Amino acid sequence: MQIRLERRLLAPGWVRILTSAISLLLALLSIAVAFYIFGLDPLFAYKKIFIGSFGSLYGLSESLVKAIPLLLCGVGLAIAFKAQFWNIGAEGQLLMGALAATWVALFCPIELPSWAMLPVMFIAGFLAGAIWALIPALLRAKLRVNEVITTLMLVYVATEIVNYLVYGPWKGAREWGFPYSDRFPDSAIIPVISGTRIHYPTLILGLVVAVLAYFLLMRTKWGYEIRVTGDNPRAAEYAGIPYLRIALLVMLISGGLAGVAGVGEVAGIHGRLRYPQGISPGYGFTAIIVAWLAQLNPLVVILTSFLFGGLLVGGDALQVSMNLPVPTIQMFNGAILLFLVGGEILLRYRIVIRKGSQT
Amino acid sequence: MLEFLVEALRAAIPAGTPLLFGTLGEIYVERSGILNLGVEGMMIMGAVTGFSVALTTGNPWLGVLAAAIVGGLLSLIHAFVSITLRGNQVVSGLALTMFGVGLSGLLGRRFIGTPLPAQAKLVGIRIPVLSDLPILGPLFFQFDPLVYISILLVPIMWFILYKTKLGISIRSVGEDPATADAMGVNVFGIRYLCTFIGGVLAGVGGAYLSIVYTPSWIEGMTAGAGWIVIALTIFALWSPLRAILGAYLFGGVKVLQYRLQPLGISPNLLNTLPFILTILVLMAATREVMRRRIGAPSALGLPYSREEK
Repeated sequence: MQIRLERRLLAPGWVRILTSAISLLLALLSIAVAFYIFGLDPLFAYKKIFIGSFGSLYGLSESLVKAIPLLLCGVGLAIAFKAQFWNIGAEGQLLMGALAATWVALFCPIELPSWAMLPVMFIAGFLAGAIWALIPALLRAKLRVNEVITTLMLVYVATEIVNYLVYGPWKGAREWGFPYSDRFPDSAIIPVISGTRIHYPTLILGLVVAVLAYFLLMRTKWGYEIRVTGDNPRAAEYAGIPYLRIALLVMLISGGLAGVAGVGEVAGIHGRLRYPQGISPGYGFTAIIVAWLAQLNPLVVILTSFLFGGLLVGGDALQVSMNLPVPTIQMFNGAILLFLVGGEILLRYRIVIRKGSQT
Repeated sequence: MLEFLVEALRAAIPAGTPLLFGTLGEIYVERSGILNLGVEGMMIMGAVTGFSVALTTGNPWLGVLAAAIVGGLLSLIHAFVSITLRGNQVVSGLALTMFGVGLSGLLGRRFIGTPLPAQAKLVGIRIPVLSDLPILGPLFFQFDPLVYISILLVPIMWFILYKTKLGISIRSVGEDPATADAMGVNVFGIRYLCTFIGGVLAGVGGAYLSIVYTPSWIEGMTAGAGWIVIALTIFALWSPLRAILGAYLFGGVKVLQYRLQPLGISPNLLNTLPFILTILVLMAATREVMRRRIGAPSALGLPYSREEK
């Protein structure tokens, strides 16, 4: 008997879904084994995660709260990755969006009417995230500087800038020495569904954006160019698709959306700028997996962002009850992503089993 | 002035040593055509393993050895996903970093705030006459043994890469795996080997941080060093000889950070220096790569399979 891999062009839908599901299950299984080795009860851990996230109305609402930034960042990353532009820096773009929104809410010299406050904050956040993302796009398109490193380095820079502001010039006068800015005025707070922390305008924005992004990718000329550039850069070049335009376009969108996610966090959840880990427990990085698990389909990102929102909420519950350190949840992220990438061989190849020997 | 320069250089070398270990390793990995963005994860796992083993056994060398093994084992995950399963190397490396950072937090939680006892630290060697020389003594002859090992590795790894049959195989696999395969070179074997070497050295670099440089375990203590390694690999133009320059340059920046702090500049803003410098260095290196037409290994990041030649 002989087992061979044969290349295939497009895997059927059921294979794609099955592959993602199996990868996810194997990842969770391997983490269970890791937990067991470290003397933690894996069944208890998973029960904690599931009940914490999807087991109650409160858990569900919290999962939705955490799904909002993941959705916005994930949709943007799906577009960037589709063009094979490796934006690893959504986390930094998110922070810059949060920073810009804070500036509008607290330090803008122009007195804004209250109806204009939130729209201006969202626009400022989008622009700040986009600018932070356009630097690597320009460097990549003009000078061929590796975007993986530049986008990531700018995360560290953004983190330190926010740290500098909340420990320094923007530190609130009424915040008892915490590294927080002052509280935003009421006009700069995004409304929530009462009894929850779901800032629904941002959620609706995210859902609309996901649908729009799908149409952009699948139904427009720009989307076609993005896909060609990602599938075969050389063919795109011959077809006269300028790389500069694609790089700027995908980074404008993905950076801008990450910035919007940052606005949602400071204006919808906290009502102030906080130290970076207080704003985002790594949404920008988790969104990479959200996009990848969705196989870069913006509509599927809606589903995967909710799933990972749940994982984050469950992870928090687990962390508290088992007294685990904060980065533990990263282990889940890493393992899931590893299995997803490894499992993709099934999408690109068909396993052929032949009886008898044959060369 | 001279004293200040000597002092600064003296401090820059240990600060750059973890980067040197990591970069030397990643150069071999990329030379074989594999891009491993998991350096940060392997380094931090090396740091936590090295520290915990040094602490429990009281022997720093066992710590370094354990870190090397753990770094190597982790790199094999990336090797399996990217070489055998032909997965996307960018995403796989990134996933390895996430996994390593997460696991290190879980493993290290018992060690936070525990100092390393004196006998478990690696201290400077004092060579009788040489160490006492003015200027040259402190500059060249008072470091801990790992500094000398990392410096020795530079010519050794250069020699292997350029002057031996193994080196030719590594470079040919990174440039043109199909031809190398036709010539009888074991493409998969070489790539696994180089990825493993990269993991071992990243692990040792991490152990240097937790056993020698700041003898303690701090969550997230690599703080982006693994990513600077990726940039330094490009800056080094994939040559071990230039790696040492870049590593000590970044070591110098780290020293500068501490020196500027008393002048009243915000430590947060000073912390951005190495990351901004990384971007600048990368821009300069990329220009040089394009001008001299000595690009990255041609097959870098591309999976290889026989059927698709």
